[in-house]
Amino acid sequence: MSSGFLQFRRRLVDYAATFTAAFLSAIVVGTLVAIFAYLLIKGAGSVNWAFLTHTPKPVGEIGGGMANAIVGSALILGMASLIGIPFGIGAGIYLAEYGRNRLGAFVRFTADVLNGVPSIVIGLVAYGLVVFTQGHFSAFAGGVALAIMMVPMVARTTEEMLLLVPQAVREAAFGLGIPQWRTTISITLASARAGILTGIMLAFARVAGETAPLMFTALGNQFWSFSPNQPIAAVPLQIYTYALSPYDDWHRQAWAAALVLVALIVGTISLVRFVFARSTLREAR
Amino acid sequence: MATAVEVSDLKAWFGRTEALHGINMAVEQAHATAVIGPSGCGKSTFIRCLNRMHETNPDARAEGEVKVGNWDIYDMPAVDVRRKVGMVFQKPNPFPSMSIYDNVAAGLKLNGTRNHKTLDDVVERSLQQSALWDEVKDVLKKKSGASLSGGQQQRLCIARALAVNPEVLLMDEPCSALDPISTAKIEDLIFELKQRLTIVIVTHNMQQASRVAEFTGFFLMGNLVEFDRTEKIFTNPSDKRTEDYITGRFG
Repeated sequence: MSSGFLQFRRRLVDYAATFTAAFLSAIVVGTLVAIFAYLLIKGAGSVNWAFLTHTPKPVGEIGGGMANAIVGSALILGMASLIGIPFGIGAGIYLAEYGRNRLGAFVRFTADVLNGVPSIVIGLVAYGLVVFTQGHFSAFAGGVALAIMMVPMVARTTEEMLLLVPQAVREAAFGLGIPQWRTTISITLASARAGILTGIMLAFARVAGETAPLMFTALGNQFWSFSPNQPIAAVPLQIYTYALSPYDDWHRQAWAAALVLVALIVGTISLVRFVFARSTLREAR
Repeated sequence: MATAVEVSDLKAWFGRTEALHGINMAVEQAHATAVIGPSGCGKSTFIRCLNRMHETNPDARAEGEVKVGNWDIYDMPAVDVRRKVGMVFQKPNPFPSMSIYDNVAAGLKLNGTRNHKTLDDVVERSLQQSALWDEVKDVLKKKSGASLSGGQQQRLCIARALAVNPEVLLMDEPCSALDPISTAKIEDLIFELKQRLTIVIVTHNMQQASRVAEFTGFFLMGNLVEFDRTEKIFTNPSDKRTEDYITGRFG
């Protein structure tokens, strides 16, 4: 074979590989863009002041909004984060810093299994743990269900991010006579915080859209509720109910709710990133 | 002349492998002692036993007696040992999430010192001692330790080690990742520091050993073959193996 042919073949393979990679990326990005575009087309027209400030109208009446569901989702997600994030980070620290043993391997395996459990099953577990024992549906039960889903996601990303911190950084701290718990909190965790934050945000976004675990925990509510002990509305539940209804007005509102849900998730993540980026600058990067 | 570190029959293991076979050495106070030898001879393991860093590896353990002053370091909490016996590592390892100031203050701050005046004083003094103050005094809290050059980072790590006021400073090939100019600065620094501080330095560079250290120990396969005044080791070694090594016949 001549060297000219070889060169031609190499270039051809190079082009083919680059094209394949670009094509596959385009499919992924294209899907995302298509979802956003479709949501905007279908939902943007129905998002108005009344939608964001009113509770749902009784069946048959046109109008009303999902203000109670937006607040309800915020409450449930707040509770889920308060429970899920500390447990997740704690488990992640254990796995990365102390878990090089059989118990650690077991915890890691359990977390992976838990990650793969269907969300409706998690909902049933929360039903059994909270709703059944308390005797009523509640926002808190919904928070527990979502928290159970967050823990393994946060734990595994925390572990991976901590393991990315070079061993030399830990050694430097030990070399100064800093105890291991101090090293973990003030140095290792601090070095990995950007990645851990990303993991938390991903877990948050993932559970924010969950419907199934809320069906028999938070249940849903047509009226205002701010109590963790009462059934409460949530945006995904409302989308589910409205999308399955026979009314055109409810279909419109379901699209609007989907758009609002995505906007709220993106908004929350952006806000956290913004606040975090500012605090890092203050501490001198 | 006084002994700062007295090592008696020190043995160290990685799992079942014995890496040090009973080392005896008396390190002179306020002098620099060099540890030389081919790769894998146990010299890093040896100095890591002097502040109990060796045992931070899983499966690693050590046996024997190491006395720093009157303290038996294997008979006290490891965190206390490491405040008396500081360490500078082969690759500069500043804390990436911290400013220059916080890097130097870390040892005190994370062990409970809160007084700002004290911290300011210690940070300035330590950076002066490590000859970095003039280069960083305007950006102490603005720049991250990781933003400095390799040589500056290593001097930052020396300042960080000095800030907790150790009696002994261990240096594990502190110049092997640095350029010749940075290396010269660190060597000058060792000259300054050993007026007050006991230094044990592992080095692969025999010229460096002869420049900075009054005493030199030659390690081979987990044994201390010869330990003497540096000029004796390099001009008239007693052991054939030492002579072979320093004349470049192996290693």
